[in-house]
Amino acid sequence: MRLLTATALAGTLAIGLGLAGPAAADIRIGATLSETGPAAFLGDPEAKTLKMLVEEINAAGGVGGEKLELVLYDDGGDPNKARTFATRLIEDDEVVAIIGGTTTGTSMAIIPVVEDAEVPFISLAGAIEIIDPVRPFTFKTPHTDRMACAKIFEDMKERGFTRIGLISGSDGFGASMRKQCLDIVGDYGIEVVADETYGPTDADMTPQLTNIKGAAGIQAVLNPGFGQGPAIVTRNYSQIAVGLPFYQSHGVASDGFIQLAGEKEAEGIRLPGTALLVADLLAEDDPQKPVAVAYKTAYESATGTPASTFGGYAHDALRILVDALGRAGSAEPQAIRDAIEATSGFVGTTGVVTMSPEDHLGLDLSAFKMLEIRDGGWALVD
Amino acid sequence: MPELMQFLMSGVTVGAVYALVALGFTIIYNASDVVNFAQGEFVMLGGMMTVFGYAAGLPLPVAALVAILATAAIGVALNKLAIEPARGAPVVSLIIITIGASIFIRGVSQVVFGKQLHRFPAFSGDAPIPVLGATILPQSLWVIAGALAIFVGLWLFFTRTLTGRAVLATANNRMAAQLVGINTRYVMSLSFALSAAIGALAGVLVTPITLVSYDIGISLALKGFAAAMLGGMGNPKGALAGGLLLGLMEALTAGYISSQYKDAAAFVVILGVLFFMPQGLFGTKTTERV
Repeated sequence: MRLLTATALAGTLAIGLGLAGPAAADIRIGATLSETGPAAFLGDPEAKTLKMLVEEINAAGGVGGEKLELVLYDDGGDPNKARTFATRLIEDDEVVAIIGGTTTGTSMAIIPVVEDAEVPFISLAGAIEIIDPVRPFTFKTPHTDRMACAKIFEDMKERGFTRIGLISGSDGFGASMRKQCLDIVGDYGIEVVADETYGPTDADMTPQLTNIKGAAGIQAVLNPGFGQGPAIVTRNYSQIAVGLPFYQSHGVASDGFIQLAGEKEAEGIRLPGTALLVADLLAEDDPQKPVAVAYKTAYESATGTPASTFGGYAHDALRILVDALGRAGSAEPQAIRDAIEATSGFVGTTGVVTMSPEDHLGLDLSAFKMLEIRDGGWALVD
Repeated sequence: MPELMQFLMSGVTVGAVYALVALGFTIIYNASDVVNFAQGEFVMLGGMMTVFGYAAGLPLPVAALVAILATAAIGVALNKLAIEPARGAPVVSLIIITIGASIFIRGVSQVVFGKQLHRFPAFSGDAPIPVLGATILPQSLWVIAGALAIFVGLWLFFTRTLTGRAVLATANNRMAAQLVGINTRYVMSLSFALSAAIGALAGVLVTPITLVSYDIGISLALKGFAAAMLGGMGNPKGALAGGLLLGLMEALTAGYISSQYKDAAAFVVILGVLFFMPQGLFGTKTTERV
């Protein structure tokens, strides 16, 4: 902090003396992410992605000749801290826009602060509440749980399943997705005949699966959840030989899931995932292919860890912001907001984004690819 | 009937995991009346170090042994660096120190091991073993066998060995123990080493089932603590019975009532038991002589 002030002072002095060159950091972007705490496995790749991309953009000459400066705080997944950091970013760091809110909880805490200060905010969390109802300064990049449910139910309908079982995690992600799925399941002519839950740290889910297996006329099972739960559910599913088509959520769309659940146990599971996960499998003419491959390669060589969907959300948020900065022609928050809202045909890792005053997400179901796990790898279903 | 069998198999699997963690609480509690809330972190460290040792190319048994020894060393360090300097402080302060230690270990692990979930292969494959229409994984049998072995070991230690009796004597009255020639410092270090080693062994056994991440210790310790309280703190028999009971209650509630109320039902039963038997099922009443 002291160093920053000193630099700023020196800068002011230089300008005052008429010696001003281009100042070192011209556009300040703020971020508050959950690098530690329970959502760390989301926040960690997000933070690494932002740092990597800012470096990359600056090395390529910045935005319109001006360098980006990233001010990043770690809120540990605590909404109170996220709120404090958002205030600090706006008042002390004077950023032009904020990226972040790794979780729905932290995002919802940041919203009142940014709406009040009229600073554009791009959230990286899943829940539909963030952009519904639309708030003038709040945007987000990940698709909603409801879209994941819709994608899964479309696939089930196509395969002719009408009676399904749900086994959901009781953590925030699982509970929220379960609710969204139950909301829209009727629209697809599908009936939920078994509805079980498990705790996020449970070690065995065979009782719940036994009950699901025994439900009359059941044709398929869906497991909304993330973390270790779905991996254990998958192992138990194979252990008691449920033998029905099995769907997982986008929450476990990563190579790590196949490793944890076991290749044999995960065989045949379907789930909605983003282009990023199957970057190499995409058709050559897929507009997302170059973006997804470029990000994946850069992230993997910079960090040595596999790219995840979550880092992709941060990638899209920063790219949308940079794209808007280029079009806004000024670094005024209001101009940036207008430019973000006018984003059209932007190709990201998550999908092709076209925003409007009524839609601050800008994705449709085509952003999800239905994937199937085959021989320990991913395959495109559609 | 196959349903009931499956619920029981699940209950025994989960119960054995709880029992293993609960057994780890026993020694430190017996030596010092301190409930060591870093016990879950010992479990995590055992699993985590085995994962990394195995990934580095060590054979699984060697990796597990290294992890257990390293965790025991960390246990001794915890005693030397945090508990011993505070000797003479009330038990509650010492318990708070162990909570601090658990947060510290979790933080360091997060940096050293990362935030990802890990597992290593089960000891004897993943082919489910059919039991009367239900199934159980071979690894569950390892966990059950491990819990029984540690139980027998602890029981022999406390009743048949001089050192075990010295541990009990130290807990009873440190001053008197010193007067009869027991090296109480050594007893404390030994009890932390043993507790940590048991925790680490538990981690090695349960990781193929529960998976391991830097923050898994906190929930395991909570369930293990509940199991130990249910059975009677400090009694190996109580830890074993408490763990299995807790696991069975959860599985049967999830199977027959509702998976939503699984944890609640288990804790209501525990509260009920403690209300009528504050010492737990196998706890012994202590009387203070004035």
